[in-house]
Amino acid sequence: MSDSHDHHESHGFMSYAFSTDHKVIGMQYMFTGMAMALIGGFFAYAFRMQLAFPGMDVPLYGIVSSAEYNSLVTNHGTIMIFWVAMPVLIAAFGNFLIPLMIGCDDMVFPRLNRLSYQIFLLSAIVLISSFFVEGGGFGGAWTSYPPLSAKAEYNLTPLGSSLWLLAVALEFVAFLLGGINFITTVMNARAPGMTMDDIPMVIWMIVLASILFMASVGPLIAGAVMLFFDQQLGTAFFDPDRGGDPVLWQHLFWFFGHPEVYVVLLPAMGITADVMCVFARKKLFAYRTVLYTAIGTGVLSFFVWAHHQFISGIDPRMANLFTVTTLLISIPIAEMCFVYIATLYGGSIRLTTPMLWALAFLGEFMIGGVTGIFLGASGSDIYLHDSYFVLAHFHYTFFPIAIIGVFAGITFWYPKMFGKMMNETMGKIHFWGTVIPFNCIFIPLFLLGIGGQHRRIYNYEHFPELAGKSMQDMRVFATVSLCIMLIFQFVFLYNFFASLLKGKEAGKNPWKSNTLEWTTESPPPHGNWKELPNCYRGPYEYSVEGREEDYWPQNIPDDEPAGGAA
Amino acid sequence: MIERYVEIASTYGGNIDALILLIAALVGFWLVLCEVVFIGFIIKFREKPGVRGQYITGEEKHQKRWIAIPHYLVLVCDIVIIVFAVNIWYTVKQDLPEPDVTVRIIGQQWAWSFVHPGTDGLLDTEDDIKMVDELHVEKDKVYHFKLEARDVMHSFSVPVFRLKQDAVPGRIITGWFEATKLGSFDIQCAEICGIGHGMMAAKIFIESPEEHQKWVALNDPTEDSKHTSTVAANNAAAN
Repeated sequence: MSDSHDHHESHGFMSYAFSTDHKVIGMQYMFTGMAMALIGGFFAYAFRMQLAFPGMDVPLYGIVSSAEYNSLVTNHGTIMIFWVAMPVLIAAFGNFLIPLMIGCDDMVFPRLNRLSYQIFLLSAIVLISSFFVEGGGFGGAWTSYPPLSAKAEYNLTPLGSSLWLLAVALEFVAFLLGGINFITTVMNARAPGMTMDDIPMVIWMIVLASILFMASVGPLIAGAVMLFFDQQLGTAFFDPDRGGDPVLWQHLFWFFGHPEVYVVLLPAMGITADVMCVFARKKLFAYRTVLYTAIGTGVLSFFVWAHHQFISGIDPRMANLFTVTTLLISIPIAEMCFVYIATLYGGSIRLTTPMLWALAFLGEFMIGGVTGIFLGASGSDIYLHDSYFVLAHFHYTFFPIAIIGVFAGITFWYPKMFGKMMNETMGKIHFWGTVIPFNCIFIPLFLLGIGGQHRRIYNYEHFPELAGKSMQDMRVFATVSLCIMLIFQFVFLYNFFASLLKGKEAGKNPWKSNTLEWTTESPPPHGNWKELPNCYRGPYEYSVEGREEDYWPQNIPDDEPAGGAA
Repeated sequence: MIERYVEIASTYGGNIDALILLIAALVGFWLVLCEVVFIGFIIKFREKPGVRGQYITGEEKHQKRWIAIPHYLVLVCDIVIIVFAVNIWYTVKQDLPEPDVTVRIIGQQWAWSFVHPGTDGLLDTEDDIKMVDELHVEKDKVYHFKLEARDVMHSFSVPVFRLKQDAVPGRIITGWFEATKLGSFDIQCAEICGIGHGMMAAKIFIESPEEHQKWVALNDPTEDSKHTSTVAANNAAAN
């Protein structure tokens, strides 16, 4: 657990790059994820400009050809899910928070952890390099359906498609290693006294997400190997002319792809729970219910994948089964939302920046959740499938997850990560400058989808029903909103880096929070605590009657005088 | 609602729109209810000087009721939606009525080819009319289509029909429609199929019986050039 303690005094690039400290690795994941988010956001800017102003010489990019358009949308999706949502939500927060919140000095497999980040970094480099090879980056959508993805004569990206696949496969390996580490650490290295019911919800959610990921990714890795062989060795796993089946890939992909939605959702849900409890000064409503609904969602998520394939040529009778399972999954998710709302009841709510993000997560995610019903119901999916309605729906889930949830986490734990407070005014400007344009981007896209606009089209002039002025106006509105939102991200970046230099000192526990990470220095030293803490109670004992203070840290023994500070 | 944006030109299009409306009503109710309560709580329970939060575990029966009852109501809504969704799905995709006419639809990078039966009303005979990016059908007749793909996945999508079906290489997928409105409408390819995906547009022409017969007669490949009758020549003539 602590084989690296002996050289924690040494500084310099090498000791940073090869550090096995969970906090360093967590930061590396976070900064890599943020850098990739800039690339993914820039791609969105480039293709949205092309949609709003077809043929335009896009500032900072140039003219977007149809091949480039396909590559931009493909890699935007791939990057945002695999290189932003996963590294930041699971790897960065998982690495940083797990040892600190369960009260141990490091991950149980620190060197495996180091290897995980290095493979992840390699995967990011492979992906970025794929944009610059001959033929350009892969443009067959993030779902990479064969035969388009399998044959260079169809996709015209002989190297880009294989590098894309290799990068995704490497990323999976990195997260398998990380997942093993997270699960093992939480199960084995908790502070003395911390029972299963005392684990903060965000940690539970990261563990459940890791389990879901590990259980679902196997088939897709097998699929990726087969697809790679089809591309490079001329095998015919997915080639119908030689006995293969292209729809098989879709099953392998979505068997992973749907649980993957919950892999990123659950950590964001966990962050929201923790942030909401702190700033509502409330105990989480029905802790065990939250946990059970998360487990229920996870289990059900393995039985819904074919709702992505209703019209893909599967036996139509199968759609009925998957409609039932898909609609049933709305129950645990709805229950979770009810619980979160109930948690606010009777609180003493402080609208700090992290709390605003956490509340926005819930408010926006509910829109994403209910619009999923239209697509899970087979009958209405016939029309809405592959339309912008789908796109707007999953952005209303993924944006709250990967952007809003992440900002909730970063602004909440920033004081612990860096020992400084972020500027609240700038934080709130950034919040409203992100959330309002977000809705302005995607509400028009819902309407366009209902109007029959299909996806991944670089220019709608070939479709008279979609080329009208009112539809084009909505596209322009969405694009302008996106540009506004992107500009506001510089407020965050400035706030992030300026606060490192001149932010107020945070102290140990600026939010008066209960969980163990707030009982050590900010930022925590190597090894996290001089003396590892004990745990005496659950993480959400806020506003307990009869205590002077309205919080009760997990590490304070019961017999200590009321209001004893950590 | 949707008709304001996209016309309905098939027998089942109205059913699909009705299902979308039904879902909108049910989930809209829940969404509005949740958001109102949610925002209401945020306003009502803002921090006030001297007022502490309440200690509520949510583990007791009378507290859990607030979660349990809505959750059963959600289940009821789900069942209603499932019943209607499956019913419509069955009509559109499973229970194919006997066809009056059968056409073949072939997707390839990056065009749709349509094979219409000629005057004999049968496919795969000499007088088949092959067209690129033009599908001609008669109003009020039940059509079956045999959907194929030559190279990669495509998806045959006719928004005014509310119909979509992927075309899968190596398979022939049968579907149906019955047009209810005269006119010409867009056909899309709704599955990404390479760099020309954005140009893979076609048109469906819904014609009255007389118009359609005239069109068939005009394009009958056995009529004008029997001795040189080749597919290529006919396609060239048709376009």
